[in-house]
Amino acid sequence: MLEIRFHGRGGQGTVVAATILAKAYFRAGYFVQTFPLFGVERRGAPVEAYLRIAQEKILVRSGVYKPDHVAVQDPKLLESVDITKGLKEGGWLLVNLPKPPEDQKPYAGYRLASIDASGIAVNHGLGTRTQPIINTALVGAFAKMMGDLPFADLEDAILEEIPVKGEQNVAAAREAFDAVDLIGSFSLIS
Amino acid sequence: MKKVIEGSHGVSEAVRLANVKVMSAYPITPQTHIVEALSEYCEEGLMDAKFINVESEHSAMAAVIGASSGGVRTFTATSSHGLALMHELLHWASGARLPIVMAEVNRALGPGWNIWMDQTDSLAQRDTGWIQLYCEDGQEVLDTTLMAFRLAETVNLPVMVVLDAFFLSHTFEVIDVPDQETVNEFLPEFKPSVCLDQDNPFAMGQMAPPPFYMEMRHNIQQAMMSVHDAYEKIEDEFDNIFGNRYGKLDAMLCEDADVVLVMAGTAASTARTVVSALRKKGVKAGLVKIRMFRPFPVAEMREALKNARMVAVVDRNCSFGVGGIFAQEIRAALSGTESRQKVAGFITGLGGRDVTPEILEEIYEAAQKMEDAPDEAIWVGLNN
Repeated sequence: MLEIRFHGRGGQGTVVAATILAKAYFRAGYFVQTFPLFGVERRGAPVEAYLRIAQEKILVRSGVYKPDHVAVQDPKLLESVDITKGLKEGGWLLVNLPKPPEDQKPYAGYRLASIDASGIAVNHGLGTRTQPIINTALVGAFAKMMGDLPFADLEDAILEEIPVKGEQNVAAAREAFDAVDLIGSFSLIS
Repeated sequence: MKKVIEGSHGVSEAVRLANVKVMSAYPITPQTHIVEALSEYCEEGLMDAKFINVESEHSAMAAVIGASSGGVRTFTATSSHGLALMHELLHWASGARLPIVMAEVNRALGPGWNIWMDQTDSLAQRDTGWIQLYCEDGQEVLDTTLMAFRLAETVNLPVMVVLDAFFLSHTFEVIDVPDQETVNEFLPEFKPSVCLDQDNPFAMGQMAPPPFYMEMRHNIQQAMMSVHDAYEKIEDEFDNIFGNRYGKLDAMLCEDADVVLVMAGTAASTARTVVSALRKKGVKAGLVKIRMFRPFPVAEMREALKNARMVAVVDRNCSFGVGGIFAQEIRAALSGTESRQKVAGFITGLGGRDVTPEILEEIYEAAQKMEDAPDEAIWVGLNN
């Protein structure tokens, strides 16, 4: 079973991103479970969502504390939230960044994947430059990073989950799928 | 068709498929997505039903009592303070023998203000004459809601389908949603034995002085006890059509177990992983999931626990001054049996605090070391 944690802000579609991936993995033949950090969501405040993916029925129904991978929708969260908390060694850290960071030391022990999801979203007319809707770009990058999710299943899940601008959202996911920078492990240079 | 949906929407889908005619709800917190989806189904024409928005949960229950008295299938949903506000009318619904089905999302009562998982709200309604069924996962929520209508309409008592806040209500998972034709086969149109009739007016819920009242209460008790057989028959039919069955309780590996964990809700699902892991280590662990709470399945509980040395009951609730409510019920059920198991009560996971595999392991280990069960419940996971 894989456990994934998503970091974002209220209103950024963090829960939607996790739900799209749950539906995509379900289409690809997996059992899935996804849930938000239980509580009251406020626009702009840090939020979390979780996703479990397994080959068999998922019985555990408590929180995710030691994720295998983490995805971050807002790079500013890197400064304010402990995004690697509990992250298993060697796990992927997918971050929405305009370009890969120069200082890679904070990610020692993990594998970093970088995607300019905000830029891709704006290029496809999703949201505005100040408030891009980046979740479909992020899930596209996520699918490539994981390597086990056929893009066709992701495309179907996006069209199922997102009621407007289906074509643009799929195109953003496709571009992110192709563009994600899988930088890999930094444990050797730290 | 299998879909990835929320536990809340497992209820909504079942209610849609059950062809409910009148639904009523107060749509503000602590209400959940259950009625949000149902109001959309009505708006979109997916349901041929009347959705009545009201100003309080007291009125929500009053509205479905009225509709049910008129002879149609009814549904409402609530949670915590909403359920507490309904209390008076819960008695009315069962006293009037109305087959209302209600989804109740287990949420804590304030203050402190808290919308998270806690069982005290529903367990505090145990004496209202409602059948109570507790669910472990999304599929069970959908299936139980369908069965609840059959059960309510068979014994003429209202049914509460209970699900954990967030851990079940807000969690998306794979749920098999059956098609309308199959559901119709299991759940035909509701035909009330008695209902209000404009052409032949009469009064319902009239005054019942001492010569009548006690017989009416005896009838309710008999109806409640008839649930045992009715439930078994309905579940057999359900199993034949849908291929799922849950039992009044679910005993896992209890035959040779030294310590048996007992609990209701999603914690029981997590406990399955704990019991499996303990078994792999050679530890003789067992689990009983409580599904039916009213009527209490005394015979099944005695049978499931008859070989256990120690019974460790995990309560996400508290009756102040006594302890966990499930533990009390199990002690009462086991009293007078020859095997005389020891019952240790553990309270944890109140107000949304997580019940992790580690917490359940801790409880198991504590129970395993006990020679005698303590009189008072042990609180697990308290902050220092």
